[in-house]
Amino acid sequence: MEIKKLAVSSSPHLHSQNSVRRAMLWVLAALAPASLFAVYYYGFYVLVLLVAGPVAAVASEALILRLRRKPITAAFDGSAAVTGLLLALNVPAGASWWLVVMGALLAIGIGKQVFGGIGHNPFNPALAARAILVVSWPERMTRWVGPGLVSSATPLAEYRAGNLVPSHFDLFFGFRPGSLGEMSVFLLLVGGITLICLEIIDWKIPVSFIGTVAFLTWVLPREGQTAFFAGDPIFHVLSGGLILGAFFMATDWTTSPITKRGRIVMGVGAGIITAIIRLYGGLPEGVTFAILIMNACTPLIDRYTLGKSYGSVRGAA
Amino acid sequence: MNDLKVFWRGIFDENPTFRLLLGMCPTLAVSIAAGQGFGMGLAATAVLVASNILISLMRRVIPDSIRIPCYIVIIATFVTMVDLVMAAFVPALHQVLGIFIPLIVVNCIILQRAEAFASKNGVWRSTLDGLGMGVGFTLALVLVSAIREILGSGTLFGIEVLWFWQSFEPMRIMVSPPGAFIVLGLLIGLINFLSMRKA
Repeated sequence: MEIKKLAVSSSPHLHSQNSVRRAMLWVLAALAPASLFAVYYYGFYVLVLLVAGPVAAVASEALILRLRRKPITAAFDGSAAVTGLLLALNVPAGASWWLVVMGALLAIGIGKQVFGGIGHNPFNPALAARAILVVSWPERMTRWVGPGLVSSATPLAEYRAGNLVPSHFDLFFGFRPGSLGEMSVFLLLVGGITLICLEIIDWKIPVSFIGTVAFLTWVLPREGQTAFFAGDPIFHVLSGGLILGAFFMATDWTTSPITKRGRIVMGVGAGIITAIIRLYGGLPEGVTFAILIMNACTPLIDRYTLGKSYGSVRGAA
Repeated sequence: MNDLKVFWRGIFDENPTFRLLLGMCPTLAVSIAAGQGFGMGLAATAVLVASNILISLMRRVIPDSIRIPCYIVIIATFVTMVDLVMAAFVPALHQVLGIFIPLIVVNCIILQRAEAFASKNGVWRSTLDGLGMGVGFTLALVLVSAIREILGSGTLFGIEVLWFWQSFEPMRIMVSPPGAFIVLGLLIGLINFLSMRKA
């Protein structure tokens, strides 16, 4: 018997193999099918965007860590790559490469590192950067195109304008214009459910988020109409960035509540905001801002949903 | 503390915008273009120096229990004068700054200098203090608004400065309110970082 096996050490004696790096590699793998679908649907140009995002994010993270005199290895833990890929998946296919690079720099710089790096950011970095890009270059962030880069409108924009929208089948499998990562609901679900099975993300946020959107868009009449219980919830669930946002962005470890009840609150809150923006707001889509607003509420949610520890007396703390 | 220190303090060590975090409202609201920031800074400086002088002169006359209303009346007098002067001589700038000129009355920097310095010091030192704080505020406003104007409009004091970069597309968030918060936050961070290294 080797002497190593008899070595005495303090607990814990069993280590799980979980690490940030392993989890982030799984998230990248879970996003891969939907990303490759975008390349298949739009053509090779979007591959440039999908590579530029992670590469620029990792490079800016390494650069900023260097400036902060922190170990540069943290740039390669995969979290920056996930942020970069999510950002690239959040731009339309008609976007320029510099928009993605700029977004990755903003996500890492203003979204993450100014707050102290991984684990300290109050907002999901990719979504914060997307919000800045949408406000800064609105016409570039809405350059929706179909296959062959022919310009067209997203299903939600068509819906708002009262035009014909794609069939549920096309929406489910992704044959419609949209941001790179939001098209194929089917492939996103495959990735998302894999992550849930691996316990990398919790089912509570996506289920309560999507459920709330479905319920509200079914019950509430859209602007200009009066009939209740007449909406098309399946259309709302399948279109826009809801699936991508609910599975891959609202579940971000740093910016979502840690308590079980808190996660339900987060999902329901984001669902209410999304539904209200989609039905009555100034923009066709509201997932980005819904998640960002709930990110801001996360510390409060955690505070008010913290369980009571056994034996403690309320108010005596 | 010597007289020179009283003046310099307002520009660096106790810069009202970056170190004392006073006067945030005009800093965030009228820093869209460098010209506006400069005009706002000068208007506030004029009021600051004048009110510091008068409050310092009257510091033995003003009863302690009602000093704040007295300061406000003095400050409001000078603000009204500056407002009317600007309306007469620089109507375009007056138009752009709008409500933010009358709002100098409630600018924390001016009241804070009256309370913390002019009410306890002589006329000469109070003048220097007002000038230093005013120049520091003006420099900070010009810095914030220059960054916002260059990134958000591609100009500086209304002049095209990115002529070498034809394909530049203005980053419009910089001329909207979130841009002010981002630029100010990053500048305060940078200045804290630099002063930590110096210490």
